[in-house]
Amino acid sequence: MPDVALQMEHVYKKFRKGETFNSLRDLIPALTGRMFRQQELSNSDRREFWALQDISFEVKRGEAFGIIGPNGAGKSTMLKLLSRVMKPTRGSIHVNGRVSALIELAAGFHPDLTGRENIHLYGTILGMGRREIDAKFDGIVEFSGLAEFIDTPVKRYSSGMYARLGFSVAAHVDPEVLLVDEVLSVGDYAFQNKCVKRMKEVICGGATVLFVSHNLKTVAAFCHRCLLLEGGRAARIGPADEVISAYLKRSHLAHIADADSKLVAISQVTVRNEHGECARFRSGEKAWIDIELRARKRCSNLSLTLYITDDECQNIFDTSTERLGHGTLTLDEDDVYTCTFGLTLNMATGIFHPSILIYRYDTQTEYDRWAPATTIYVSSHDDVRGTVHCFPKVVRQEIRQASAANLAAMTTDIKEDEECDII
Amino acid sequence: MKEELRELYRYRELLYMLTYRDIKVRYKQSIMGFLWAVLMPVLIVLSGIVVRYAYALVSGRHLGTADIASVAVKSLPWAFLVSSIRFSCNSLIGNQNLVTKVYFPKEIFPVAAVLASLFDLFVASVALVILLLVIQTGWSANLVWAPLLLLMLVVLACGIGMIVSAASLFFRDVKFIVEVLLTFGIFFTPVFFDVRMFGDEGKWLLLNPVSPILEGLSACIARQQPPDLPWLTYSFGFGLAALLGGYVFFKHLEPAFAESI
Repeated sequence: MPDVALQMEHVYKKFRKGETFNSLRDLIPALTGRMFRQQELSNSDRREFWALQDISFEVKRGEAFGIIGPNGAGKSTMLKLLSRVMKPTRGSIHVNGRVSALIELAAGFHPDLTGRENIHLYGTILGMGRREIDAKFDGIVEFSGLAEFIDTPVKRYSSGMYARLGFSVAAHVDPEVLLVDEVLSVGDYAFQNKCVKRMKEVICGGATVLFVSHNLKTVAAFCHRCLLLEGGRAARIGPADEVISAYLKRSHLAHIADADSKLVAISQVTVRNEHGECARFRSGEKAWIDIELRARKRCSNLSLTLYITDDECQNIFDTSTERLGHGTLTLDEDDVYTCTFGLTLNMATGIFHPSILIYRYDTQTEYDRWAPATTIYVSSHDDVRGTVHCFPKVVRQEIRQASAANLAAMTTDIKEDEECDII
Repeated sequence: MKEELRELYRYRELLYMLTYRDIKVRYKQSIMGFLWAVLMPVLIVLSGIVVRYAYALVSGRHLGTADIASVAVKSLPWAFLVSSIRFSCNSLIGNQNLVTKVYFPKEIFPVAAVLASLFDLFVASVALVILLLVIQTGWSANLVWAPLLLLMLVVLACGIGMIVSAASLFFRDVKFIVEVLLTFGIFFTPVFFDVRMFGDEGKWLLLNPVSPILEGLSACIARQQPPDLPWLTYSFGFGLAALLGGYVFFKHLEPAFAESI
């Protein structure tokens, strides 16, 4: 199978819970104790737990594959198995080609060495040859933007500089299979963009990339297919969008379970377009959000807030029934209240999470919060980046030629102006 | 095993880099820099001379330059052995980050620790050569044995290093046991004294595999004589067994490193 880069077959991984003996001082008494008490042996079974169970999947050459899941689902274990640091208890893993892992950058740095020395050290750890590092050295330094500090010991670096240098080295490895952890979130906005661009280059260059991440936006942006881990099992494998929405739906459903304990509970939130329930929208499209509340006791002075966060939990939009001029409302026992917000989705491409909050306006007491209540995907044909879509158009362009004769410049100016105005 | 050795060869540059790192960091951290490599051996040599002097006083003999040369020649390799075992013992625990995060043959760590100590030995050897020139020990064709003997010591150190590094990863108190053994090992190894001094009983001391190597070095450098071949063969066999056994032991435990550390 030359086109399969990575294959996992019925992989199981078992760990021991609790404290294991890590000194002879503890082990020897325990062993002698065990000889007299046989039941201790059967106890050891209960202290084991399976971090991964029966995981099978295949990643094709050149594919970008995401592994997502809540905390404790087995993502880190998966990463360690893939990078061969750990061996599966059962099952087999086949990897075709050189594996490189962008795991917790700068794991290989030594604080006392300079940036220059650490580039060589970390590069070698990641599997580059000395000549290869020499050839790429200038590129690495330029990418990191740390040329000034390259002969300073890295213990004097800020944590951001540390991470940037780490990523810069890692980004210059030419792997056949690349494992990526939560590493794209280092550095400032400009550096992150650089990283994303570099990742795209790596993927376009034909490398197989595996993302193991909480950052759904990154996974959605890069990955073709996804694996959702839950409690150590493969809950779902399929196209990235589908798996991500399945994952989000699960976390939304978890909310309803504990509704009984609240005075006023949000019982339903749905997003629809003019045809019906929908999660995918175009930039600028209209959307309606239907909200249903149930009151268990009489509550007054209520206000309903709708806010939308982006994938990094940044609040990008916030409104409420009270702020929109509808005053506060009062619900009697067992009343059901429904409300629909109409919105125009002027966002750029991305994943957004509408959240609902019901609270008492005068005392600011929160009754129920459903965050995120649901998830919508917005996409745009225009190549705009960022969070909002301002529907830009180029209305005018002009070049003032500095070197040519003034007269000539003016004439071209006029000409160009005319052309641009037509647009 | 063939596959594993090929992989080790593929990672030779990493071995070089980690050795370089260990040396660099050690010399950077200490204020005295290169003096560090010399200080330990000088202390051992001086204490050896004191012991020798006391011995000479008791036996009514004169302390000759040959005695000083012999103590100096044996102290340096002993200091190397001690520091390489000590550093390799910590080499896996001290690099926890790399052990749990990145894949490569982990025996590189103890071996790099041994090589870094070997570098110290070379630095200290410069001082030794000067000393030997000053006291005019002279030299002979028997010197060609020296590199071979040194190689045997390195082989032994690598073997022991792999065993103690892996063992101390699973049991943290192995480190203390090793430390105690290293401290008192000098009394069971002919560093300050010669095996000859014990007459026939000396063969019991030679059972310590380090002894024939040190005695051999002393013979070929300080006394211009060939080493005792039968005992050297014993040491060589022991060293080789330690290397092979250590490697197999290390490789057997290696898959469990990341989750046990």
